[in-house]
Formats: sequence, C-alpha cells, structure tokens
Amino acid sequence: MKKLMLGNEAFARGLYEAGVTVCSSYPGTPSTEITEAAAKYNEIYCEWAPNEKVALEVAAGASIAGARSFCAMKHVGLNVAADPLYTFSYTGVNGGAVIGVADDPGMHSSQNEQDSRHHAIASKVPMVEPADSSEAKEFTKLAYELSEKFDTPFIVRMTTRISHSQSVVELCDREERPLKEYVKDAAKYVTLPAHARKLHVKVEERTEALREYAENCPLNRVEYNDKKIGIITSGTPYQYSKEVFGKNASYLKLGMVNPLPVKLIKDFAAECETVYVIEELDDIIESHCKKIGVSVKGKEIFGFTGELSQAIIAEKLLGEKKEFSEFSENVPVRPPVMCAGCPHRGVFYVLNKLKCVVSGDIGCYTLGASAPLSAMDTTICMGASVSGLHGMNKARGAEFEKKAVAVIGDSTFIHSGITGLVNIAYNATNSTVIILDNSITGMTGHQQNPTTGYNIKGDPAAKIDLEALCRSCGINRVRVVDPYKMSEVEAAVKEELAAEEPSVIISRRPCALLKYVKHKPALKVDSAKCVGCKMCLKIGCPAISIHDGKCVIDHTQCVGCGICKEMCKPGAICD
Amino acid sequence: MNTKSIMIVGVGGQGSLLASRILGNVLLAQNYDVKVSEVHGMSQRGGSVVTYVKYGDEVCSPVIEKGEADVIISFEQLEAARWLPYLKKGGHLVVSEQKMDPMPVITGAAKYPEDILGKLSSLGADVTSVDALGLAEEAGSPKASNVVLMGVVSTKMELSEDAWQKALEECVPPKFLELNKKAFALGRQAAAN
Repeated sequence: MKKLMLGNEAFARGLYEAGVTVCSSYPGTPSTEITEAAAKYNEIYCEWAPNEKVALEVAAGASIAGARSFCAMKHVGLNVAADPLYTFSYTGVNGGAVIGVADDPGMHSSQNEQDSRHHAIASKVPMVEPADSSEAKEFTKLAYELSEKFDTPFIVRMTTRISHSQSVVELCDREERPLKEYVKDAAKYVTLPAHARKLHVKVEERTEALREYAENCPLNRVEYNDKKIGIITSGTPYQYSKEVFGKNASYLKLGMVNPLPVKLIKDFAAECETVYVIEELDDIIESHCKKIGVSVKGKEIFGFTGELSQAIIAEKLLGEKKEFSEFSENVPVRPPVMCAGCPHRGVFYVLNKLKCVVSGDIGCYTLGASAPLSAMDTTICMGASVSGLHGMNKARGAEFEKKAVAVIGDSTFIHSGITGLVNIAYNATNSTVIILDNSITGMTGHQQNPTTGYNIKGDPAAKIDLEALCRSCGINRVRVVDPYKMSEVEAAVKEELAAEEPSVIISRRPCALLKYVKHKPALKVDSAKCVGCKMCLKIGCPAISIHDGKCVIDHTQCVGCGICKEMCKPGAICD
Repeated sequence: MNTKSIMIVGVGGQGSLLASRILGNVLLAQNYDVKVSEVHGMSQRGGSVVTYVKYGDEVCSPVIEKGEADVIISFEQLEAARWLPYLKKGGHLVVSEQKMDPMPVITGAAKYPEDILGKLSSLGADVTSVDALGLAEEAGSPKASNVVLMGVVSTKMELSEDAWQKALEECVPPKFLELNKKAFALGRQAAAN
C-alpha cells in the first residue's frame, strides 16, 4: 500500500516495521513528529522523557535489556544527550538501538545551525542520512540490523526538509522481535577504566569494519550519467542536485555519512572530470575527500550557512537564474508572534514596563524578545535562563538583583531549569525566577510533560507539584499568579524583586490553543469611547489593529483574555 | 509529465496544513509522484508560512524557488504580495481577500500596502480573488476558508470533482465533513462567477 507520509511519520513506520518496542524522546522541532507518530502504534511503548539525556539513557537501558529501542531529538538535544552517547558507543548494544537526530539548516525553528555529523564522528557512532520519506523508513530498518550486527548504536540524521516533507512510502508489515536474552556482562556494560580501554580498541576496529561495509552497501549508490560533472552528496542536497542536473551529471549519493568510504569515493572521482561536493552546513564530506587525496570543490562555492536549494546550485554552478516579478512596493515582514490570548503576553508587558533585565529561555515565550514587548535580554539554551541569571547577579551584585528576572516555561524548567534553581538556593543569590506554566510543551505543538498530569497517550500520570518542588530546592518564597491579571503580576514581580532572598513566581494559565480551554466571546470596541491612544497596541496582540484612528478587534482571533481591556483607560474595549 | 508546483501561503494558524494534505491526497490518488513540504514549529505562531506541493512523474526537490510556481494559493492579501516572486510567468494566483495586519503594521513601524489585488494584476499575474472568509462563515465556520480556497483551485486543475470529494473525506474528521463539503462547493461556485 502506498501512502503520502512526512519523513518523520515514515521514520516512525520504520520503527514499527523493525519491531521496536521501547521509545523515549524529548520533543524538539523538527524531530517531534517521529515520536508522536510512533506513539500511535500500540506495539511500541512510547514516552516523553524530561530531557534528551534521560531519553537516550532509557533507550540504552532498553537495548541492553534486549529490546530494539529508540530515542529522538533535535540537533541541540544531542548536545544534552552527548554524555550517554559517547559511552553507549563503547558498550554497544544488545537489542538494536537507533537515535533519531533532526538538524535544522536555515534555522526555521532553532537557536543555532550545528551539524550533528560532528557528534557522530566524535562519538564514533555510525550515522545514516535519508533523502526522502521512503528512505527514512528503509534506512531506519537497516540501521537496526546493522546496529545488532556491528554491536553499536546507530544515528539516523534527518534535516527539516526531510522531516517535514511528505513523499510516497510503500508500507510493509511489522516483524516482531522477541527480546534478546539478557546476560550480565560487566566487561561490556560497566565502563570502568580497565574495561573501557579494551572497549575503545573494539570501537576503533568496529569503525574500520563499518568503513569496509560502506565501500559496498545499499546505503551508498553511484549513478553514472554524463561524467563531465560528478557530484558527491547526501540527504536533501541530493534532491536539489538532481533537480538541477538530472542526467547531465553523475552522482555518488551517500546514505551512510559516518564512517565515509574511501575506495568508493576515489573510484567515482577518477571517473568524473570535475567533482563537486554538495552538502549543507559543514564540510564533513569535503574534508574527508581532501584527507584521502581526492580533489573536490565545495564550500568555496556554497559556503557554510543556511539551506541549499535547486536555485542556489543552478546559479552557483551554471550561472542560471529564473525570471520572476517583485511586488511593486515594500512588503512589511510578518514575524511569528504570541497568539491572541497567549498567557505569556501579560508577563512580558509587565517586565517591559518595569524595565527588567530578562534572562530568557527556549520556547514560545522567546517571542517576548520581539517588539513591542521587547522584554528579553538573553537566550542561550534550555535552562540557561535560571543559571544565567545567577551568574549575572553574582557578577553585578545587589542593585542588579533588584531588576533582573529569569523566565522559563514549565517543560523547559523540568528539562534543565531545576538544577539552575538548586544552584540559586545553594549558592545564594536573591534571584527572581518566573516559571511560565502554560500546562503544556507549547512551541513544539502541544506535548505532555511531567507538570501536566498526563502522559504521551493522554492517560493520567504522576504530576509534579511545582510549588513543592521549588520549596524543596531551598526556595522559601514561592507564589502563583494569574497572567491574565496584569496588576497582580506587576505587584508580585515588584515584591519578589525587592525581597532579600531568592524567589519563584509561577505564572499559571493553560495555553490558549489547548482544546480544553474554554474561550470567552471576542471583545468589542465602543468606537465612541475609543480616543485612538493606541495603548492597546503595546501588548502586541495580533487580534488588535487601528483603522481610521480607532481600535479594531478581529473577532476570528480574539479569545476574550481581557489583557487589552486592562490597558484601555477610556473603557472603550468591552465584553 | 514535467513537475508542477503549487504553493500555499498564509499566516500561521490559518489552516494551510489541511489544505496541503487535501491537495497531496488528490494528487497521490492520480498516481503522481508527490512531495508536500510543510512548516512546523516557531514560524507557525502567526508568522508568514508557506507549504510547497509538487507533483509529476518524478519529483526531486521538495521545495519551490522563485519563478517556479504554477499556482500560488494565498490565504491573505499581503502574503500574496510577499510570495509573488515565486510565481512562474503566466502562473495562477488564487487569493483570499482577507487582510491581517502583521506586527510591524500593528505597532506602526510599517504600512499595509493599498490595493494589493489591483497591483498584482497590473504586474501581469493571473489573479482570482474570493471572499474566502465570508464564504467559510456562510458554510458554518471561519476556519473552513482553507477548504473554500481548495474549491477555487479545483477549477484551475484538471482533476475530477469526485477525486476532490474523496480526498476531503480522507483528510477531514467526519464531524466537520458536511461543513467542509459546503465550503468546497461555495469555493467552486465563486470561481465560476
């Protein structure tokens, strides 16, 4: 049966068909739908872990215990999971283990553009890279076989365009995999230095064996056409190259990107007049070619930043450009914004009003950095708001403490904010941390987490008591506010900033997009009372605009949150 | 056949994902090779979003570049202007008459251009504009404006109405099927007028 599937859905189908039984992940665009789709197969146990390190450790444990296991994350998530990754590489597997990592060239939804292939090389874990949905499924299945054959975890590298493009997939049946026998084997699984030294030798031998495999395997494919131009490529850049050159070039399409073959590349290059390496982000394939003495052109033409496309390749290599018309005047940009009714809005308005320094974090609320709210000073990585604030306060002292806050979402706080809060209490700064608890992991499209009381299947689960958790970290001042009441938020922020000890403010209201949230009717504007003062525009609500000097509320967007009503001194905005 | 390229553009949250899924399923049922490239994540939050649908004997790249789209379907006027460079010479532009001010316009940092539809036509684009939001409300929900636009587009493509109805049944939850069928019919009707 043929089906149109997202790369991520096809990946999950591959897990199903390969007989995977345990999956633990943390959501992150563009990887999230792999696990969401896997959770729809009842044969696979799936969970959202608190972070990627936990997820990979769960997958490693399940593999050692004999199951085919899986975990998924975005590229920066692999940094969090790097600790177990580098040693899981040494222990190897029992049941096959695959890690799905989705890179984001072009940074559609990420804070950096790192190339996960570096982690594969550094951890000596083999990596495969599909170029469409069908390959996402097939490569995943093959990765499980190879994982067990070569006794190593495997990484399947996705990129945004593969993860979020639908293409045609032929469905197969699931092959059930009975649990492998679990045998206690300390020399393999306990990485004492004495054991690890021997394991490292095995890892190096394994890499050589995998390189030998890469020389002649179904993952790597040569397509000879016209041999004037030879292109060595992988993933989406293969598709872009094919679209530009079709039969007018020859291709070495690499499905296995770590380790890379040597003879295969040398033989291909010897057949072609000019050889280009077309790869996104870093020069992994190109450096390898140069290291083995193969002359290629790559980054000198394409550079290291952003996504490639058929247009870039056609322009750079053929000097061809398509004709098109531009609109006749300036088109204003439309950046992403907090939704109408977003519970974060009121908090950021208050922080802007009070001129606070805001140590920010990763989530929908990073949009609090944009005008007109403009209330964020830093965003580094998950959890850095809390620990970073402590560092700022240690550096600048008591006066600074009285105007600086950290903001962090519920899911991000669980992911890696807790340890930062422990540090604030233990190493004593009068830091003020605001947990924006919207009862969901929002930005990645509504995943449950340990604060919501539900698991990935939507079934009731243990629920973290955030107030009790913060107190047990050593924070005495913990209070809850409703972000729809801005005056309440403002009073709380002022009081906690003034307090001579650390404090946590939990701003609690569910995301306005959650299905169970009942919306109030859209608010209306009494034009006779509206004086056109534009105070309502200062909260940056996409439902409010000014037409002919008067405030207008878009009834298709407004959910009646009432924040603008609090802004409207003449009382023109009403129910 | 050569690859055909259709772009669906709009504002995050307007329902372009459903529209592209309906389109993808219609095309797959005709045995074409199909690729549909979507936007998830941060830009979905009220930002400018674009979905690419490509079909033919063999589709390679999942994305559409400037000067390549045979059809652009825009859920909003300003977005039609933004993505105009992607339209091939002689391509069709199907535009919902809805206007949504982006944040720089709301804050007063920029101005929403006047008479976008007129200007698009004068630039040589073949423009079909409809009050998709009004028709969707007539069908029962403003959220169905995506399906109204699919109705309009269906008149620009050589596929049977039956194929479209089947794709609607596959992609829309049964609870909303009647509403969406009505929205689709209103879109077809509007295109004919």
